[in-house]
Amino acid sequence: MPWRLLRFAFSQKHPEPRMFARHEKLKPAYDVVIIGGGGHGLAAAYYLAREHGVTNVCVLEKGYIGGGNTGRNTTIIRSNYLTPEGVQFYDASVKLWQDLSADFDLNLFYANRGHFTLAHTDASLRTMRWRAEVNKHYGVDSELVGPEAVKKAAPMIDIDCGGHAPILGALYHAPGSVARHDAVAWGYGRGADRRGVEIHQKTEVLGIDTAGGKVKGVHTSKGHVAAPKVLCAVAGFTPRILKMLEIPSPIYIHPLQAMVSEPVKPFLDPILVSGSLHVYISQSARGELVMGASLDPYEAHSTRSSLEFVEGLTAEMLNMFPFLSNVRVMRQWAGMADMTPDFAPIMGKTPLEGFYLDSGWGTWGFKATPVAGKTMAHTLIHDTPHPLITGFALDRFRNYALTGEKGAASVGH
Amino acid sequence: MKLMTCPINGTRPIAEFSYGGALRVMPDPDTASDAEWSDYVFNRDNAPGIKREWWRHIPSNTWFIAERDTQKDVVLRTWLHEEDD
Repeated sequence: MPWRLLRFAFSQKHPEPRMFARHEKLKPAYDVVIIGGGGHGLAAAYYLAREHGVTNVCVLEKGYIGGGNTGRNTTIIRSNYLTPEGVQFYDASVKLWQDLSADFDLNLFYANRGHFTLAHTDASLRTMRWRAEVNKHYGVDSELVGPEAVKKAAPMIDIDCGGHAPILGALYHAPGSVARHDAVAWGYGRGADRRGVEIHQKTEVLGIDTAGGKVKGVHTSKGHVAAPKVLCAVAGFTPRILKMLEIPSPIYIHPLQAMVSEPVKPFLDPILVSGSLHVYISQSARGELVMGASLDPYEAHSTRSSLEFVEGLTAEMLNMFPFLSNVRVMRQWAGMADMTPDFAPIMGKTPLEGFYLDSGWGTWGFKATPVAGKTMAHTLIHDTPHPLITGFALDRFRNYALTGEKGAASVGH
Repeated sequence: MKLMTCPINGTRPIAEFSYGGALRVMPDPDTASDAEWSDYVFNRDNAPGIKREWWRHIPSNTWFIAERDTQKDVVLRTWLHEEDD
């Protein structure tokens, strides 16, 4: 056992400082209230404090820090998107990710692995080429590679996928990475807390006060707080908050499931994604295979798991890696994905003055955590959307000006 | 295994069914304004609750209506659209 751990065994008091302070009571008023203590909400609080000097900020979390989709994703970070808006936005995020462990002085286990999006049909090969060209135009490292490059990077793969869906090529994205997702929430939380932000866990929002088209404050399970600005960053709970305000939105909630296998010897360095087989897979530092698939096929506001998901995903997995047939599944779980019709997020201002949305993160939110926090902090301070998020405004639907990201945002459609 | 009752074929496993979205009334495209039409095309009532939805029994291609609690994910009843009350 490492000596450092022994201190915990013999110490009467906890020998390390807590990650964040516990506040018993809410103050009567804050400059900014952030609903949702996931990665996005905490990142917004962190950048508000660090870059704009606004520290009279309160983060309200009805459960615990990072207990929602921040802790339920498959931790993949990439920027090989399809639209100019998406590529520039996620590229800014990847650049923030690369320095984040140093920013936090906390090891996020950020591991640059390389990312292959596999193409099994001519049509998907064409989309990969399109994505590669858009990416290169914006300076993002992506290229179309042949099946031999996939086989070289992942020697255990059956490149013919059992014969029925042979891999014809792939979009290779060298910056593709994974990071430990809980640590991201803790890092942003600790950084915000040290700068004076209050984090209130187990504090649920029950209603939002408005007057004259402006936001005035928030009713919570711990009492009322006044605030001129409120940011809603609650992923799968967004429709519930919007219903309180009667703001219509196109967000729809489907569960997204994932699972991990028992740990096995390292055999898979890159991250592999197959849209046709509805699979994404990476091997964690502990040796577990982290696997995900497409959305559950119907609306549900719960985080239950299903056997159909395990059966469907493992069947497709075995097409790629037949030797995994004896490996056991350790855990499975689900998160509530806030999907949008064009597979791009909904960020920025709303019809209600002082109420800002960071939502529509569907199945693509984790990788955007740093840049979403940074651009939302900017948007709150200047009351105008950050230049990187103008394509993600809520009113794009009313104006029929969608940001079609369906070809690059997730698998299975 | 989760089950659903098709009004024609009886109780079957959920894997035999596909979801067709919420039961909604389409505004007349000739008279609807751009704002009404975009509201119909894009916006949804997506807070959890008891909702009426289109479902299809895939093997027999039977479309019908289901009333479902989207938070508990429990189907309360199903009926053919023609029998609508």
